[in-house]
Amino acid sequence: MSDHSSHGSGLAHQFDDLDQQLDATTLGMWLFLAQEIMFFGGLFAAYTIYRNWHPEAFAEASHHLDIKLGGFNTVVLIFSSLTMALGVRAAQMGKNKAVFNYLFATFMLGNVFLVVKAFEYHHKWVEGLIPGPWFRFEGSTDPAVQMFFNLYFAMTGMHALHMIIGGGLLIYFMVQARKNRYHEGYYGPVEIMGLYWHFVDIVWIFLFPLLYLLGLHNS
Amino acid sequence: MNAALAPPPSAPTPSETPTHYLNASYGFRSWLLTLDHKRIALLYLASITLFFFIGGFYAVLVRLELVTPAGDLMSAENYNTAFTLHGVVMIFFFLIPSIPAVLGNFLIPIMIGARDLAFPKLNLLSWYIYMVGGMVAAYALFTGGVDTGWTLYAPYSSTYSNSNVTATAIAAFITGFSSILTGLNFVVTIHKMRAPGLTWFRLPLFVWAHYATSVIQVLGTPVLAITLVLLILERSFGFGFFDPARGGDPVLFQHLFWFYSHPAVYIMILPSMGVISELVTCFSRKKVFGYGFIAMSSVAIAVLGFLVWGHHMFVSGQSVYAGMVFSILSFMVGIPSAIKVFNWTATMYKGSISYSTPMIYAFGFIGLFTIGGLTGLFLANLGLDIHLHDTYFVVAHFHYIMVGGAVMGYLGGIHYWWPKMTGRLYPEGWARFSALVLFVGFNLTFFPQFLLGYMGMPRRYHAYPEEFQVLNVMSSAGASILGVGYLIPMIYLFWSMRYGRLAPENPWGAKGLEWTTPSPPTTFNFDETPVVTEEAYEYVKEEKH
Repeated sequence: MSDHSSHGSGLAHQFDDLDQQLDATTLGMWLFLAQEIMFFGGLFAAYTIYRNWHPEAFAEASHHLDIKLGGFNTVVLIFSSLTMALGVRAAQMGKNKAVFNYLFATFMLGNVFLVVKAFEYHHKWVEGLIPGPWFRFEGSTDPAVQMFFNLYFAMTGMHALHMIIGGGLLIYFMVQARKNRYHEGYYGPVEIMGLYWHFVDIVWIFLFPLLYLLGLHNS
Repeated sequence: MNAALAPPPSAPTPSETPTHYLNASYGFRSWLLTLDHKRIALLYLASITLFFFIGGFYAVLVRLELVTPAGDLMSAENYNTAFTLHGVVMIFFFLIPSIPAVLGNFLIPIMIGARDLAFPKLNLLSWYIYMVGGMVAAYALFTGGVDTGWTLYAPYSSTYSNSNVTATAIAAFITGFSSILTGLNFVVTIHKMRAPGLTWFRLPLFVWAHYATSVIQVLGTPVLAITLVLLILERSFGFGFFDPARGGDPVLFQHLFWFYSHPAVYIMILPSMGVISELVTCFSRKKVFGYGFIAMSSVAIAVLGFLVWGHHMFVSGQSVYAGMVFSILSFMVGIPSAIKVFNWTATMYKGSISYSTPMIYAFGFIGLFTIGGLTGLFLANLGLDIHLHDTYFVVAHFHYIMVGGAVMGYLGGIHYWWPKMTGRLYPEGWARFSALVLFVGFNLTFFPQFLLGYMGMPRRYHAYPEEFQVLNVMSSAGASILGVGYLIPMIYLFWSMRYGRLAPENPWGAKGLEWTTPSPPTTFNFDETPVVTEEAYEYVKEEKH
């Protein structure tokens, strides 16, 4: 079995031309994102139900999150989406050096997000807000307070995991850009990487208000 | 390499063996690193067959225990483990991947005139993911097993069970991604890789059925994945998602679980229906009746299948009004299912029917699926379900769908395409005989369970009152016949790979692009991309006056 892909053009053997390949990989990534929406959807469904049952406990628990850090991270991720989009544009024009630079910026912004997130997790640890046998909370004795933190850690944890995977993928694409792989006819992989990155950002855009901004008008 | 191939002779003789996908290269590497969808299909065939026999072993234990009313062969705990492992292995490691990963993988690219699936590396990756999941399951199995039932209901699974729940959940989580990636690959392939002239409504119905299945795999499986993550977080890290003492609700687990696991039943049965559509039209020598209706009924089943999960929870404290909606929607699934059965029957009407082995399986499927489907309507009925819930009636019902339906279709398809996959014919006499043995054994095993359930025998107990013994002995006797029915094809199919007669390109005189390739096909399926100029199943009936 010989490998029919010719590395010069980036066309894999099973496709007739680069257009078909780009169409297929783009559709594949959209389907993967549909799968991701269903995956996070389970968490959002659980959040919706429990918050509807325990609105006060959720609002009170939410006040223990740091809005400044969360807001800062939101801005960081929006910027990373911008650099990612510029990276895709550079790939479409075949400017491999610019691709590398923009992806590197995206990668660094992603890391800033994760470092800030790690500090937030550490604060929760110190304050005893990690769910489980050592959970302690001053104020409401409603057990649903702990449920808020269950969901907070599950949702932001899953999101952070997706960021880490995205960071690994960015390293791969930076290496490819260093090898001058991309040109006007072959930029698809960077584009679908961009789809993934924007998706992960959008998840955070939903998480931030749902977790950090609860019941602010009452406080 | 491709261009050097001579045009294959229609009946190859040993003296001039042409190059095909099986002899194109040799050695472990050429299989374990292959990107050829046909070889990956065979990797799946070998691995799911292994899991089928592991799952079958636990079925034997269950049926042996139930021969006598007393719980004498196994303790209650061991019995719980046996039926749980039977369910987990058969569902996640055999039925879900069975037809899509083996027959779908092998046939979809050929049926649509493509060289391979859209993402060959992803295809190989999904087999590896399946195997990793399988090994985690084997670990769970050898280190004490799991006793929660395959449904892993909280709070038993999250709090009380001392068995290997976490490892089992991880195994199902991992294997789920193999299923997602297979479905994703199929959807993209069917959208983007069809040969010129092969419009959507010229696709074989097998492909339509797999399209619908793939959509369920992509959209349903991740919900199970996140549910298992929450379960693991609760069990291992004390996050009380489903624990009322900590603000949670165990019924949420059931909702999330069945949101995947009910559509999962359609992941098992839809591909089988696709196989039956191919078999019925080929062996009736007649264009399929109502092509558009069969194709669209697959899509309708996939869509409706996502809206009926609550019928598993009529007695779980779900609101009565939700129950009524779920009941009505469950009845509605009967419509597209019945459309298929009527259309297959109408296809046979005045057809020129031959009783080849695959067609015998198709007959078996239609009869057994009809019983399984109609008893499903009993269970969709809110009032009746209170009586039948968690009894052997339910067990019999879903085995008629999953074994009588899905496995019959799988075996029918394996026989039908075996000459294409291996280039060899199987012994027809043995094959027909074993199909009949299976049919008899199956009915003897599971029909008495309808009666047992109706009389009130609950599922998942290792002991039962004495008045149920006669029917239980019948069921266990049937299971032993069923076991023989599975072993015979295993033996002669294996035998035929080496000693079977060489198969011509199109042994059944069937329509479809896969029958225009040599048996077995070459690595890239077609020397030139085919151009499709006719509708599917343009059979010309032999005139009989």
